[in-house]
This record gives sequence, C-alpha cells and structure tokens, in this order.
Amino acid sequence: MGAIVLRGGAPYGLDPHDIVIDDGVITAMMPSNQAGSNALDGEGVELELDASGCTVIPGLVDLHTHLREPGREDAETIATGSQAAAMGGFTCVHAMANTSPVADTAGVVEQVWRRGVEAGIVDVRPVGAVTVGLKGEQLAELGAMAASAASVRVFSDDGLCVHDPLLMRRALEYVKTFDGVVAQHAQDPRLTEAAQMNEGALSARLGLAGWPAVAEEAIIARDVLLAEHVGSRLHVCHVSTAGSVEVIRWAKARGIPVTAEVTPHHLLLTEELVESFDPIYKVNPPLRRAKDVHALREAVVEGTIDIIATDHAPHPREDKDCEWAAAAMGMVGLETALGITVEVFIESGLLTWRDIADRMSTIPARIGQVPDQGMPIAPGSAANITVWDPSAQGPLEVDALVGKSGNSPYLGQRMPGTIRHVLFRGRPTVVDGALA
Amino acid sequence: MQMLGKHLLSAGDLDRAQALMILDTTAELATVTERSVKKLPTLRGRTVVNLFFEDSTRTRLSFELAAKRLSADVITFSAKGSSVSKGESLKDTALTLEAMGADAVIVRHGASGAPYRLATAGWIDGSVINAGDGTHEHPTQALLDAYTLRSHICGGQGDLQGVHVVIVGDVLHSRVARSNVLLLHTLGAEVTLVAPPTLIPLGVESWPCSVSYHLDDALMQADAVMMLRVQAERMAGSYFPSTLEYSRLYGLDAPRLELLKDRAIVMHPGPMNRGLEISADVADSSRAVIVEQVANGVNVRMACLYLLLGGAGSQAGGD
Repeated sequence: MGAIVLRGGAPYGLDPHDIVIDDGVITAMMPSNQAGSNALDGEGVELELDASGCTVIPGLVDLHTHLREPGREDAETIATGSQAAAMGGFTCVHAMANTSPVADTAGVVEQVWRRGVEAGIVDVRPVGAVTVGLKGEQLAELGAMAASAASVRVFSDDGLCVHDPLLMRRALEYVKTFDGVVAQHAQDPRLTEAAQMNEGALSARLGLAGWPAVAEEAIIARDVLLAEHVGSRLHVCHVSTAGSVEVIRWAKARGIPVTAEVTPHHLLLTEELVESFDPIYKVNPPLRRAKDVHALREAVVEGTIDIIATDHAPHPREDKDCEWAAAAMGMVGLETALGITVEVFIESGLLTWRDIADRMSTIPARIGQVPDQGMPIAPGSAANITVWDPSAQGPLEVDALVGKSGNSPYLGQRMPGTIRHVLFRGRPTVVDGALA
Repeated sequence: MQMLGKHLLSAGDLDRAQALMILDTTAELATVTERSVKKLPTLRGRTVVNLFFEDSTRTRLSFELAAKRLSADVITFSAKGSSVSKGESLKDTALTLEAMGADAVIVRHGASGAPYRLATAGWIDGSVINAGDGTHEHPTQALLDAYTLRSHICGGQGDLQGVHVVIVGDVLHSRVARSNVLLLHTLGAEVTLVAPPTLIPLGVESWPCSVSYHLDDALMQADAVMMLRVQAERMAGSYFPSTLEYSRLYGLDAPRLELLKDRAIVMHPGPMNRGLEISADVADSSRAVIVEQVANGVNVRMACLYLLLGGAGSQAGGD
C-alpha cells in the first residue's frame, strides 16, 4: 500500500496540518496550505483523506471493554465490538475477562487475542482474570497468561470484586514478576447484596435496594494501603463517588502507585434518571449524585483520575426490556465515549485536546503497556490516528451504534460531533464516518 | 371525570383534591356495599385484569370484588414467582393482556417500579393500578388507611389536618409505609415513623415525616398507630438480634396500648404476625380497626376503578 495523506486536520485542535502516513508510520507533517505541502501530491500517494475542520488525536485506547465473546455472542462478538470501537475512534481495547468460559487461562486469552487479530481493526488486548472462574478463591495462572501470545498485562475480576484481602495482596505482589497491574472492581459484596441503585434519599423513596458509596470507597482505601505495603501498582476501575476521589487523591499524595478510571456515563448522568424505572440507566457501579459527578470531573481535570474508560457493556434487548430488578447492569459506550468527553470537557473549556489525548490514549496505553498505541501525532509514531469532526453534530441515532447491542442511554440526545476517520496501524478503519 | 390521570402508580402522584375526591367517592360507593344487591352497572363491558406476580390473597380478592361490584369483566392472572423464573417476561405478559383488550391492569409485582414499566414502556394502552410493587409503593392501601382514619377521627369528612399517625416497624422494606407517608402528608396528617435504625431507610430525612427509635414516647402523641408486618427472615439479615428483642422494643402489646390516647385506634395492613409486632389481645381489642380496613379496601378500590376508568362516560377503553 502506498502513502496516505490526511489533509487539513488540526492535531490536538491546534493548527491544521497535512499528515503523511506510510507503512503504518507517520512519516511527515507540515502545516496545511504552505509552500511545500504540494510536494505531498506526488506519486506514491494512494489515498487522500479530507480532515479539514477536524481535530486529529492519537487513536483512543480503552482499558475497560466487555466484548462478551466467548459465551454471550448474542450481545457482542470480538468482531462487532471491534467495529463499535473503531467507529468510536478507538484503535485498542482491553477485553474484560468475565466471559464464559472466563478468561482465566492462557488458552482463553490467546483465543480472544487471535479473534481480535482476525477482526483486524483494533488491537484487542485480553484482560486476564485474577482468580479462577472469577470466584475469588484461588489465583488464576497469571504468569501463563502474561507469557502467552496475548501478553496479558492487566488482570481483573471486573464484574466482581477481589474481595478477599489476602488474595488481593497476593495478586498485587505476584504481577510484579511481569510488571502487570491488577485492575480492581471496587465493590464490597456484603454491603451491596441485591443492590439496585445508589443508596440515598432517592433509593429510599423508590424502594430500590441501595448500593452505598462506602462499599466502593472502603475497598479502594484497603487496596491503596495494600499496594503501598507490597509496593505494587494498582488500577481502580470505574470510580463513581466523590469519596473515592478523596481516597485516591490521598493515596497519590502519599506516593502510592495507583491509577484510576472513570466512565463517560459517570461523568454525565445522575441517579435521578432511575426515577423512570427504565433499566437503560441500570449500571454497575450505579449512577450517583450530581455532587459525585462534579467531583469526578474535577478529578479528571486535576489528574487524580488518570483516564476515561468506557466499561462498554452490551446486553441483548430482552435483558433491558423488563422490570428494573430483573434487568442486566451496563450500557454500551464505545461509540459515544469521545462525544460525551467532548461535551463534558472540551465544550466547557475544562480540558484541551492534548489533555483528552492523554486521558483517552497515552495514559491508558501506558497502564496497559500496549506497544505502538498512545503515541503522539508526530513523525515516527505508529499511525494510530482518530479524526474528530465537530461539525457533524446531531442526535444520536440507533444506526450509529454498530455493535450488536443498542443499550445506550444517549439515544436521541445531541452528540457534539462524530468520528470522521480512523487509522489503525496506518490502515483506514473508518472513512467519512463509516467503517472502511 | 379524568381528574385522576390515567394511572395510579404512586400515592405521591395524588394532590389533596384528587385524594379527597377518591375518599369522597369511596364514601358514596360504601352505601352500595350496604345494599342487599351490591352491584353497580358502571363498568359493564370493561375488562379489568388482576395481574399478580406475588401471592397476595387479600389484595387480589379486594380488587376482584371491587371490579365485580362495578360490573366489570374480571380476569385474574396469577404468575407466581418472578417473570424470569416463570420463563415469560413482564413484557410478553403485558402484550398478551393488551391483545385481550384490558381496560385496566392491576399489578402486584415483587420488583419495585414494575407498574411504571407497564405504564410507560408502551406495551399496553390501558390504565395501570399499582397494587404493591416490591418495597416501593402500595397506593390503594394508603387510600384505604386514610379513609379508615378519616371515618374514625375526622367524622368521615375533609382531610386529616392535625391527625397524628405513628407507623411502626419494617419501614425499610415496606411499600405500605412509603405510600402512607406520602398520602397522609398530602392530607395534612403528621406522621412519625418508629423502628430500629436498621429498618429505617438511609435518606429518610427527605421524607415529610419525623422518625423516632422509641415506641413508648411516640405512642403517647398518637391518634392512630399503624403496625407493619415484620418478617422473621429479617433476623437473618441482622436487622435485629432476635424476634423476642424486636417484640419487646417495638411490638404493640396490652401494656403499651394503655399509653395511647382514649380514642386512638390501632391499624395493621395485614397479614399480622400475632405475637411479633402485635400481640393477640391488641389485635382483637376494641381499638383495633383491622377488619374494618379490609372492608374499606374494597370500597376504596371501587372508587379508584370508577374514577380511573371514567365510570361516568361510556367511551371505549384505552384513553
């Protein structure tokens, strides 16, 4: 394949540039409409992509994605989830381990990894389970998963908490062998038995069993202390409360090597939506109060929360088309993550595009230790590139959700733009807003 | 006649005028119940479905009787257990009932909010009446309680201004308490909830009532005391150390009955755990109006059906 020229897009929302991509790498960049840029028109240019008026950032990296395969291919597959990811501007996703069978052996993670390579439009990095069968009783073969073709570096029982403190300690220690990280789903199981929504005045009125903030905060507090004690890295999944932010801020100030993520929905939506009893808003951890949303935004701005991760959780229609208590927890998020982030942080002026690139690409790639991802838009970088078009605003249509499931809480809501192009390792995966 | 809106989902949806309209209509319909032929032709040709996903003999029978007294065609659909275990979803059940042309669906469900889903998901067209959903609400129970209070304390007229009602027991899991707090407040009553802190929901400060952990203090102020059923299973959840201790601290027995004002009444939504939250002698005492609550239940539910289904008109169902 010859060279690709991405014309007129503004890296990090700054000045428009023409970007030349050849053999999977950014080979040249020069300001648009300047003498010399015509030189790019020469022979060997196979494809020109118009990016004028658009913002160019590194391909997004999601540290928290549920691709459902193997086991729940009715909800999502590695192939359809990869497509949803590409359409959302991602060039890498981390496939969570709570599949059936659980991704707790080298065999399963290699299979997931291979299916990702076959789909071929994003890097699919399997997350390995911390404990066998996510049961929280016995460590899974973390070393074997790390040494496998999938090179697993992130381990998580996500969906369930590694509740046993001794097991958590051992996991934190053990992954040091290969510089892995344990990503904890912080939820005390006893404090959240049958929990349906955030615990507070609203849950009291709606008669839905409460999911108290302390059930998250207590586990995070314990885990940062464990991480400090054994000198290991800890990653905290989907932080959802103001109290958790305070605990993580304290831990970072103490020098504890902890990173944390927040989902777009926890940055935008609040528990009042549950009043409708519409399970589209049922998610774990639950939607919290406006106060929490503000604290989470502030934490992202100051860097206490390092990254934004989708927790993309597809579910078939029947699992949401029912009464609240019977419904599955989770929402899809790959296709809308950048839009929500732009709405929350760019349109408000809280963050720059460079900050967004850090929080959705560079830092998650570093936490997951993914080669060739999260590199700057600069000559020499692997060409994982996302082009955001702020002019294509409008309500989110169900057709825009290309994954297998449509359980998005944002249908019909305004999106502040769309993804125009995506390049994955120098190859276009999305062109003019459609899968290439 | 559509002053009530289409559905009856929460006691909190009723304003004072609407609540009074239901109570006044109940009083009128009560005269029918006293006749030898206890039947009105009002809902002739209308179909009312009792959709019960939870066992509840008394509420089901009460609604059935109310609908029959208004000459509606009544179907009872008892789907024991959750929709999931039964294999048919709430949605499919609703679509089935819709196909049968239900004008009103009276739903009892173990999941909080299930009647809201029926009313708002677009599966059915008819009116939805909440006959108790999970630990959320039970608005017709609150209405029959308000009616009972009004007839005993307020001479059967007006609202409940100044009436002090003490509700005792497992407020956390009680849909009866939630609906009563909302409705009694709307009608001007003062409500005090009494329970151990473990059985009071977090966030109760936002409710229009006061809270006490001490039954004896509260009883002295009460015009009426409403005892909630306490399930012995709650002990396993460590809500209280033993049924004996619960009974000692929060049970209504003969000595406690003495603390009440002279004309104060004792209520219970049933079914009672005699010996746990209420002693047998209190349940059978002259102060207890528990059986009367059941009788009022039929009349209140007649009034709700009458008003919701636009009994005065003759339009086809659905609007």
